[in-house]
Amino acid sequence: MAEVLERVTKIIVDRLGVEESEVKMEASFKDDLGADSLDVVELVMELEDEFDMEISDDDAEKIATVGDAVNYIKAL
Amino acid sequence: MNFAGKTAIVTGASRGIGKEIALKLASLGASVAVNYAGSEARANEVVDEIKAIGMDAFAVQCDVSNSDSVTAMIKEVMEKFGKIDILVNNAGITKDNLLMRMKEDEWDDVINTNLKGVFLCTKGVTRQMMKQRSGRIINISSIVGVSGNPGQANYVAAKSGVIGLTKTTAKELASRGITVNAIAPGFITTDMTDQLNDDLREQMLKQIPLAKFGEPEDIANVVAFLASDESKYMTGQTLHVDGGMVM
Repeated sequence: MAEVLERVTKIIVDRLGVEESEVKMEASFKDDLGADSLDVVELVMELEDEFDMEISDDDAEKIATVGDAVNYIKAL
Repeated sequence: MNFAGKTAIVTGASRGIGKEIALKLASLGASVAVNYAGSEARANEVVDEIKAIGMDAFAVQCDVSNSDSVTAMIKEVMEKFGKIDILVNNAGITKDNLLMRMKEDEWDDVINTNLKGVFLCTKGVTRQMMKQRSGRIINISSIVGVSGNPGQANYVAAKSGVIGLTKTTAKELASRGITVNAIAPGFITTDMTDQLNDDLREQMLKQIPLAKFGEPEDIANVVAFLASDESKYMTGQTLHVDGGMVM
């Protein structure tokens, strides 16, 4: 479980250029981590590649925070 | 211009302008996916022509108005080429009729292929191009999408829509190194324009300052420019290639 958070965190840090300490479960990609809409689309794409899965457009739209992403992956 | 190592998808490439675009890009070094909807034999001829000059190409069937079909095409291109550098949205149909006589399915068919098809193919390649941090999307609109044309409400609406779609896509993808431009051909001699009646042809000729119809190669040359590094500071534009018909 912790492993998922670790891998998600690494992608976020790489993609958005934020500090690891900023990547909290409740952090919003747009409001707290400085991502724009396209950044979020790209993050979802990278998560799909990293975890070898497909996230539908409908589900992707619901992913707004780090926790949303982690919980989505864990629920698979 | 040199497209060695580049890959391209050209929709509607079995004949007319699309065929010429596929041949041009291949002659400059690109590997080309020759898309067709129904004309398999003609698409294969284009592939053979490209192979004859020592370049790589294959024919891929796809109805661009169908999202599953587009997804399958993109997948096949990725399997064969491993990347997508250039997308030319060229596939188009006409079903002309006066507005008062136009049937709903004539409207829908033309909008679905000529406008929705551009949306679906663009969406389809964007994922790959975003990852690559580079890409060239070239949409074939039409000069009537700028000027309007009686008897072509569906076609004009679709081609006008393509210009708006080009601008929006250009703005959305600029930060990822992807440029999106449109070409608005005027009267180009193809199977599609051969269907127009003589009166209309005569009338159009009078409106062309360069006083002749264009050839598919005139469009292919501009596509090559927009697909090349030489156009790297251009995005969201619509280039009129129409002998000066609309200025």
